[in-house]
Amino acid sequence: MSETPHIDIDYVAKLARLDMSEEEKSKLGSQLDDILGYFDKLNSVDVEGVEPMAHAHRVANVWREGDLTGETYAPEILTGMAPDHRDNQVVVPKVVE
Amino acid sequence: MSDLHFKTITELAAMLAAGEITSVAITQAVIDRTAAVDAQVKAFLSSDPKDALSQAKASDERRIAGKSLGPLDGIPIGIKDTLAVKDQPLRCASKMLENYVSPFDATCIAKLRKAGVVIWGRLNMDEFAMGSSTENSAYQTTCNPWNLETIPGGSSGGSAAAMAAGEAIATIGTDTGGSIRQPAALCGVVGMKPTYGLISRYGLVAFASSLDQVGPFARTVEDAALLMEAMLSKDPLDSTSIAPQGETNYAAALKEKMGPWKLGVPQEFFAEGIDPEVKTNIEKAIDWYKSQGCEIVDISLPHSELAVPVYYIVATAEASSNLARFDGVRYGHRSDEAKDAMTLFTKSRGEGFGDEVKRRIILGTYVLSSGYYDAYYLRAQKVRRRILGDFEKAFEQVDAILTPTSPTPAFKRGERADDPLAMYLSDVFTISVNLAGLPAISIPSGFTESGLPIGLQVIGKAFGEADMFAIANAFEQSHGYYKMMPAL
Repeated sequence: MSETPHIDIDYVAKLARLDMSEEEKSKLGSQLDDILGYFDKLNSVDVEGVEPMAHAHRVANVWREGDLTGETYAPEILTGMAPDHRDNQVVVPKVVE
Repeated sequence: MSDLHFKTITELAAMLAAGEITSVAITQAVIDRTAAVDAQVKAFLSSDPKDALSQAKASDERRIAGKSLGPLDGIPIGIKDTLAVKDQPLRCASKMLENYVSPFDATCIAKLRKAGVVIWGRLNMDEFAMGSSTENSAYQTTCNPWNLETIPGGSSGGSAAAMAAGEAIATIGTDTGGSIRQPAALCGVVGMKPTYGLISRYGLVAFASSLDQVGPFARTVEDAALLMEAMLSKDPLDSTSIAPQGETNYAAALKEKMGPWKLGVPQEFFAEGIDPEVKTNIEKAIDWYKSQGCEIVDISLPHSELAVPVYYIVATAEASSNLARFDGVRYGHRSDEAKDAMTLFTKSRGEGFGDEVKRRIILGTYVLSSGYYDAYYLRAQKVRRRILGDFEKAFEQVDAILTPTSPTPAFKRGERADDPLAMYLSDVFTISVNLAGLPAISIPSGFTESGLPIGLQVIGKAFGEADMFAIANAFEQSHGYYKMMPAL
């Protein structure tokens, strides 16, 4: 992290499954380099032996009975939200060649 | 009856109980006010006056039958466009969810309905709650009612502006890094973020799950306390929700708790970057507490300046993961150019998301990617614990911490639009609170010379809402800034 960081936007956009125009990528590129430079402030802290914090409170796994909680919905309500649907199924473009 | 729309919940509840007024009259007043001013303020993305009036009528019928549900029964409350309300649009101010309608109520909405609240309209926000000015909405830019040339703050800018303009009696927002408190400060209203976990996140569109919390906007601290009580929810549908500890009759308790308190003032929050008028105003507020017998303690939160970088690593990492669900398959936008599985994902997401959302997805994906995870994400999580440690140490000495809510008053529209880093620094005083999971409230503490509101932030201990409300209430009731309304 000591050198000026630089994001390979094409690679990261591919990982993120995000289509972006060349114009968007070039604008984002310089902004992201600024932001990453700012992130380097974190190198000023000694974090040796510090436990990473993923959550505000110390929590253990939460278990509940395997019965239904809350409302259930008819299939046509849930598949009806899809951009394309037929016979209570979600329709998508062909995915297997 | 004049100016019903500017009354507090407690005032209206007393009038309703005395039979001086009906919920239909209050709701109609709010509808009329919205019709009169929202063309200028642009706080609402949509609203359904007929539905609101039918809820109000049901409330009036309950009251006549002697079955009133309490002080919130019949009060019209606006909802940020990120919370699910059954059969209403839920767009998160994004093109991605343009045609989405919620099939269910969020838990906090269901709780408000149990208290008799009239659910009123969908309030504008930054797209997917990402922003500090509400300029990132895909639909419209909300204006600050105190000066229409300036931004209302964000991301819950619609919720704050609607309150200030009298378009609702209270509103609900969400706060991931300051998204309730910063707009509350900039719009001169009360805004509160609870201890992480006190309000269920079920039915809230996830941005950064370890930071997101629902909370109220209100005219007074007492009104905010009433709304908090109604929304408390340890919920089997949100495994991170948590049962409250200690005093939870917040509204009753805030009148009994009289201090004097030990209040911490972190020197780091008064250093560079703070507007001189804001600094003077907050120092005056601190002096007032001192004059009331409170002990003011200089404290240090040495990792404060690292809160912004930690936040923008943790929040973008969580966002990139949460927003992966928007893939054009089951709901949301699907590109017409989707020809196969890959273009279905990439084109739908590329067309559906706006600039700031894309920026954060890219940033979050990068900090989680192989080779960078340890340097950014893991390191940020470790520094996050250091930030929590600063607060834990401070709270060994004090009951609450006083700071400015925002380093500056409302800024002009467009001023920071092309400088994301400057925009991110708008949250410098609020985000450490989210990282540590603590409760905090912003209350109006006065105005700049040009008439823009300033907010004082009171940060409480984890589950220390009762003391936090009482401390905020004492200042509010002796100063009365909540009685000032913008000229619209």
